[in-house]
Amino acid sequence: MKTEQEKEKATMELNGQEHITGAEAILQCLIEEGVDTIFGYPGGAIMPVYDKLMDYEDRLRHILTRHEQGAAHAAQAYAMVTGRPGICFATSGPGATNLVTGIANAFLDSVPVVFITAQVVSGLIGTDAFQETDIIGVSMPVTKWNCQVKKPQDIPEVIAKAFYIAKTGRPGPVLVDITKDAQLEKLKFKYKKCDYIRSYNPHIPLHTKAIESAAIMINHAERPLILAGHGVLISGAEDELKAFAEKTGIPVASTLLGLSGFPSDHRLFTGLLGMHGNYGPNLLTNEADLIIAVGMRFDDRVTGNLKKYAKKATIIHIEIDEAEINKNIIVDVEIHNDAKEALKCLIPLVKENSFEKWIREFRICDKIEYEKVIKPETKPDKGEIRMGEVVALISEITKGEAIIVTDVGQNQMFAARYYKFSHPNSLVTSGGMGTMGFGLPAGIGAKIGRPDKAVVTFVGDGGLQMTIQEMGTILQYNVPVKIIVLNNNYLGMVRQWQDMFFNKRYASTELVNPDFVMIANAYNIPAKKVSKREELKSSLEEMLAEDGPFLLDIVIEKEGNVFPMVEPGSSVSEVRLTY
Amino acid sequence: MKQEFTISVFTEDHIGILGQITIILTRRQINIESFTASESAVKGVYLLTIVVNTTGEMVQKVARQMEKLIDVLKVFVHTSDQIIYQEIALFKVTTNGLMSGNVIDHIVRSHNARILEVSPEYMVIEKTGNKKEIAELLSQLEPYGLLQFAKSGRVAITKQVKELNAYLKEMDEANRYKTEPTFN
Repeated sequence: MKTEQEKEKATMELNGQEHITGAEAILQCLIEEGVDTIFGYPGGAIMPVYDKLMDYEDRLRHILTRHEQGAAHAAQAYAMVTGRPGICFATSGPGATNLVTGIANAFLDSVPVVFITAQVVSGLIGTDAFQETDIIGVSMPVTKWNCQVKKPQDIPEVIAKAFYIAKTGRPGPVLVDITKDAQLEKLKFKYKKCDYIRSYNPHIPLHTKAIESAAIMINHAERPLILAGHGVLISGAEDELKAFAEKTGIPVASTLLGLSGFPSDHRLFTGLLGMHGNYGPNLLTNEADLIIAVGMRFDDRVTGNLKKYAKKATIIHIEIDEAEINKNIIVDVEIHNDAKEALKCLIPLVKENSFEKWIREFRICDKIEYEKVIKPETKPDKGEIRMGEVVALISEITKGEAIIVTDVGQNQMFAARYYKFSHPNSLVTSGGMGTMGFGLPAGIGAKIGRPDKAVVTFVGDGGLQMTIQEMGTILQYNVPVKIIVLNNNYLGMVRQWQDMFFNKRYASTELVNPDFVMIANAYNIPAKKVSKREELKSSLEEMLAEDGPFLLDIVIEKEGNVFPMVEPGSSVSEVRLTY
Repeated sequence: MKQEFTISVFTEDHIGILGQITIILTRRQINIESFTASESAVKGVYLLTIVVNTTGEMVQKVARQMEKLIDVLKVFVHTSDQIIYQEIALFKVTTNGLMSGNVIDHIVRSHNARILEVSPEYMVIEKTGNKKEIAELLSQLEPYGLLQFAKSGRVAITKQVKELNAYLKEMDEANRYKTEPTFN
């Protein structure tokens, strides 16, 4: 191991002094950007980079996943829990195309990930060479920006630009495709971080006029509601949101990706919005006279039927991405700004207030939801184990201190509904894309990003098997992630829809599963199967007490449904509590 | 209500930008009526002029999505009355058909068109104008044996006083106003 000073000296010497290969330049660029962890998978075209990586092992840790999709999801989760861009390597052709689901997932959820793919030698591009794919064309609709590099001397500038674009403004994935000859040829290395692109301005001056009009509306509102989205977490506006809500006394509801941006146990928190969100915030969205949307994009899962959405409300939209403003709903006040900046400016302009009567309406809804849904789900005294009670127990045992990772489907909705989040960025989930198979690799990325935190991954038996090979990654690097399989032998969410909207015709949703405990054991992961309620709590405690990874296969009631539900095409105020 | 809009997109010279822009229109099922690309008055900045037929609301949405692209500098949306625009059309007609009497002279003069080439077999006529004027000439020439017809996309100049350079300067100043990078 080199000392810090030696490393620094080595870097300084490289800067503008020495001729190095393109492959080494890539690694040097990453070090300049403060990267220390890479997720990836090697292959023919990217071999020069991997070869060099052996010389950089003291500074760059490479996590070899078992599939490129796993590397992409892990890199995204790493970014979500650390706030730093995730880095992902893949080779040309199938390596690059295997990333696409992961890239699209990061794109829809605005997560900065720098993807570096290798490309066949430049002379062969366009000839359908072995393992050649036009990944620039393929990834164009799902990246914030992408670029192909064919000359080694272009590598530093393009990578610097990629980092700048990925992490500023509304963050997102970027892809740099580098030909094999550019990796092999030499260049005089000089690195300068990018902080300016003429055609891209993420630093938007405050729209003070709009903020002033927003303040007037807020000061005159009688039934205002704050909708907090992922933008709150991305801009680090948790404290500002709290200060704003507390000063104005306005209740706060959260989108799925906004969860953990506002403490779940705060007196002003009213819960989750959307299709399987809480009763109060859905029902009362249509009673609000003012909606203050912060860093969110009025996704259809949040709004339900747009024609019947928030018709009594004036809408203020704070959003850094101008293309999201007036996209799904027409708003009254556009604040095209960073959430943190806008809230900071707004707080002194609003008056101290309280809306006790209005908040009481939410509490009445809470009570109804508790009796009809939450209590039977989290505190059942008979029947098989339910997903809700597992999540509620984990929440209780970890005291809201864990990082929760989910797959997609019922497991995800239950985790989002019943975990009480108390720290920002403690939920890692696939929101916009709804990518099954996200959970296991994302759990790995989250644990590697935050080794100091307990990381609990909830997956269904379906989603687990989409990326189950990543148990190999857990084995190889001994990643102490806790995996809870909520196992109902069904693709639960699809089965729920078949139950509700397709006459209970369970077409291709029942799964014949392997023994997950045996599989985990084969990967040297301690595991246990639980099917009795009386063993549940002790098993969860046993799992959390384990130093290393652990898989708990929990047999869940086969045909449990997630409620409340805003059915597709329904209005949020038509939210259903029961079947 | 659908109507004709001219979208002017000023971009950096980045490979793939045309693809990114057409993807935005394709996703919204908007047909491109015409598309032209050329370097603008500012060196290194390219101007794409796209004519589409859609609603005012939709054109604003796609314009914002275009402007969001990293390599796009500025997007303007105009209705036909806000711009000066021209298209150019070339007609190839049989010489025989047109030579009878002074028909050709009359048609060419009355439409402010001009003859580019004459051979024993065919003539090539050029007409610069708007869509309607070109369509009128086309209908007049058709009876005389039209062999080929080709029309360019629209090129347009806006009536607005503020020019791209002023916007570039503004954007540059805004870019210099820096808050801390948000995700770091």
